[in-house]
Amino acid sequence: MGTVVAESSPINETYTPRLAFLMGMRDTLPMILGAIPFGILFGALGISAGLSPMAVIGFSLFVFAGSAQFVGAGMVRDLVPTPLIILTTFIVNLRHALYAASLGPYMKDLSQRWLIPLAFWLTDETYAVVIRNYQEGAPHAHWYHLGSSISMYANWNLCTWIGILAGSQFKGLAESGLDFAMVVTFIGIVVPLIVNRPMLVCALVSGLTALLTNPLPNKIGLIIAAVAGIAAGIIVETFQPTVKEKNA
Amino acid sequence: MLTTNELILIFGMFIVTFAARYPLLVMVGRIQLPDSITRALRYVPVAVLTAICATAVFMPKDTLDLRLENAALIGAIASILIAWRTKNLLMTIGGGMLVFLLWRALFGG
Repeated sequence: MGTVVAESSPINETYTPRLAFLMGMRDTLPMILGAIPFGILFGALGISAGLSPMAVIGFSLFVFAGSAQFVGAGMVRDLVPTPLIILTTFIVNLRHALYAASLGPYMKDLSQRWLIPLAFWLTDETYAVVIRNYQEGAPHAHWYHLGSSISMYANWNLCTWIGILAGSQFKGLAESGLDFAMVVTFIGIVVPLIVNRPMLVCALVSGLTALLTNPLPNKIGLIIAAVAGIAAGIIVETFQPTVKEKNA
Repeated sequence: MLTTNELILIFGMFIVTFAARYPLLVMVGRIQLPDSITRALRYVPVAVLTAICATAVFMPKDTLDLRLENAALIGAIASILIAWRTKNLLMTIGGGMLVFLLWRALFGG
């Protein structure tokens, strides 16, 4: 991802796993600052969508995927059937498969003890921070990855609890417009990814389809829009051999 | 306490999210993925995140709103410009939110 603002870490013989872990935490700090309003709002919006406090906590503890949690809570509010919410969650989180495919080659020597938790904790933010560290061939990169993951997870769950409490104290919080933080976060992630014409067409087709299909029930338009955008990107790429070569 | 439906929902969301995160992490590097899958995967973040944003920006109240009073539209344009020029996530979030909140306070969109 082109959104990395992390600084590269000093590498020498005193660079222990413990230090790598702390560096991972430090380099994730900008992402944590961005996630704080997002997490607090999720707590408040989850309650106002009709979820029980335990369910809101459960979302952050077990699903741990900000955008999918927001979309899911919105679908609960609109009384969308559970299987459709789960299907939409899969589509929204499918981008993590891309991050996993990109990280896999660097992690192929790690045991399941590492792979399972690091996979569970994979987010846009941690991916953006750790991929560069792996690419630079830094030692103890999995410890760095663990530091980033744990700090994101702890912060997200803490902010969810704060949001549940704050939402019950300040009734206007859920309608404060702070949910716009999600939109600007996604814009900050998407814009640097639009590096060629197929990506641009993918974004335009996906956005336009989302608007056209918005009246359809159960927010099914989100899935249609995503599939249309992916298909449009591939079609344009296929008919543009120069771009295809550049990306291969 | 949790209702049964909430329990099913959380469990289902956990399973499908883990199913997106775990398999390729383990398989890639051991198994060669078909080229068509890697190509399609590259478009997933842009397609999904744009679809989520488009309705929030152009239809903040569920109907198309292209008026200048639509603070979400102005805030989104501002954050796209900031993201494009700076490629900095924190500046994009901060600047976009600032424009959005100011615009909404001034014009009440």
